[in-house]
Amino acid sequence: MALFEAIHLHKRFGDQVVLEDISLTFEAGQLSGIMGPNGAGKSTCFNVLTGHYKPNAGKVMFEGKDITGLPPRVIAGMGIARSFQLMNLFDEFTVIENILVALPESVAKSFNIGHDIMGNSSATDRAADVLAKVGLTGRELELAGNLPYGERRALEIGVALASEPRLLFLDEPTQGLGADGTARLEELIGELKKTYSIVIIEHDMKFLFGLADTISVIHWGQVIAQGSPDQLRDNEWVRASKIGDAA
Amino acid sequence: MSTSFAKKTPFITRPMIVLFLALGTFPLWGTSVGLYDYLGVEIVIWIIYALGFNLLLGYTGLPSFGHGAFFGVGAYSYGLFQLNVFESVWLAVAAGVVGGAVVAGLVACFISHRRGIYYALMTIAFGQVCWFVSMKWHTVTGGEDGLLNVHRGTLNLLVTDASLKDNADLFYFAFAVLVAVVLILWRLVHSPYGKALQAIRMNQMRAGFVGYNVWLIKWSVFTLSGAIAGLAGGLFAIAQESAYPDVMSLHASGFVVMMTLIGGGFVSFWGPVIGAIVFFVARDFLGSITETWLLWYGLMFMGVIIFKPEGIAGAFQDFVAKRRARVEN
Ligand SMILES: Nc1ncnc2c1ncn2[C@@H]1O[C@H](COP(=O)(O)OP(=O)(O)OP(=O)(O)O)[C@@H](O)[C@H]1O
Ligand SMILES: [Mg+2]
Repeated sequence: MALFEAIHLHKRFGDQVVLEDISLTFEAGQLSGIMGPNGAGKSTCFNVLTGHYKPNAGKVMFEGKDITGLPPRVIAGMGIARSFQLMNLFDEFTVIENILVALPESVAKSFNIGHDIMGNSSATDRAADVLAKVGLTGRELELAGNLPYGERRALEIGVALASEPRLLFLDEPTQGLGADGTARLEELIGELKKTYSIVIIEHDMKFLFGLADTISVIHWGQVIAQGSPDQLRDNEWVRASKIGDAA
Repeated sequence: MSTSFAKKTPFITRPMIVLFLALGTFPLWGTSVGLYDYLGVEIVIWIIYALGFNLLLGYTGLPSFGHGAFFGVGAYSYGLFQLNVFESVWLAVAAGVVGGAVVAGLVACFISHRRGIYYALMTIAFGQVCWFVSMKWHTVTGGEDGLLNVHRGTLNLLVTDASLKDNADLFYFAFAVLVAVVLILWRLVHSPYGKALQAIRMNQMRAGFVGYNVWLIKWSVFTLSGAIAGLAGGLFAIAQESAYPDVMSLHASGFVVMMTLIGGGFVSFWGPVIGAIVFFVARDFLGSITETWLLWYGLMFMGVIIFKPEGIAGAFQDFVAKRRARVEN
């Protein structure tokens, strides 16, 4: 059984069909890549998979359970976390508070007013560990809103990791990063890959081809190609768009 | 792990002690500086009200502009309980809390999926409905005149009974309630619940994706805030020996918003406290100079919003930060 499956998803906004017929399968322990041109519907696809939008038709399955149309918090509670293409942090919290509120135990105790969330050293230690993973050690007490762009991207991933997910969705994590930042992120994701099942949307083909076990190409709301990086290098669309050369 | 970032939240803090000492002794020094005991009662009641209100506005970022409704429901609940059910200050105050909570809980069912301007408009609409009902439902509320026969009663303290007839005695009772409210809310805002409220203010969508039940948290904080408003309203009914529609009106609801903002509820737990004190001092001070004191207070409000939206608490924090920077350099 696949870890995660999207079956014949269809999503439209008004008259505009964004996802025509999308079927995807993500295996446990793998890094699956999604690519495709701007406006192809990649983020919309993530939004459907993680519960932000309900599909107009089709099914989403996680570990054999039908999760179609469940709200994001329920899907998150099952062990699916995501980062966002546009940064989506708690800007007036410090870096470590961003992680702390995202820890499963904080969420589980969200109605326990007797619990001291900042005073619990096992939780703050765990949060510090997460920050170490994404390279933000030393920045714990900075306000998230004051971080430079690259560190905000790292924190974006950190918040997703904080929930100790079994499946991690990352929407264009390299966007806006320079060569240095991208290289550092590549290293980080290479590391995360060892412990997490990951799905990444990415424009940077060199980045994706280096990391992914399988890649799906989405265009016109459909999956037009699927395979290992090697198989895709020979794909017609990939060659036509010259992205294969870069990889 | 070399450094620990854990920082325990104390149950009692220095500002708390300062507030408790300064305000708690009000009947001892108030009259000697030209103030009067009843002013202390009013200030304490509105601090309770504003602290509860700030859970919504400052912490969760939810603008409730019809909050007077729950304050009013608390006052009516107190009066109706005392007049029709049982003669007990404790139970009648509890009725005020329950009344505020029930009505707020009901309203919250209809608004908790909203935010921003729609949220604000719907709170105004529900506030107006409550005000209208209190005006028109003569047989229960006494219409425009309100409930007239409410009396202060005596407080059962197990070992003894204390009459609340005297304003100073009523003050100490209200102050004791305030102490309890401050201690509980301080704990609450430093719990995971308090962090979740703030997370929802900053980024409701991400809070959901992290796993929080955003709707339920928004519902519960509105209900809690309504319960605290009902508590304050119950005390107000004791103080006024009456319950009447005016406290539910739109402009009365506006007062608690202005207090909270002027004081700096967005940046400090203590904002609403400062704001409530400033409001009443301004009312008495400006009111002794001019009949149109509200005009000047309104201008002051606008000035704060324009020049220092973080309010008095924000200005104070800037001042402290600047001084600390100077000391360090
Ligand atoms: N909430 C929405 N309402 C209406 N249209 C939407 C909505 N969300 C996305 N769309 C439309 O769906 C299409 C696909 O957008 P989407 O963000 O999924 O593309 P993408 O593949 O992620 O593109 P990019 O590479 O630029 O991030 C776009 O035309 C967009 O305008
Ligand atoms: Mg996108």
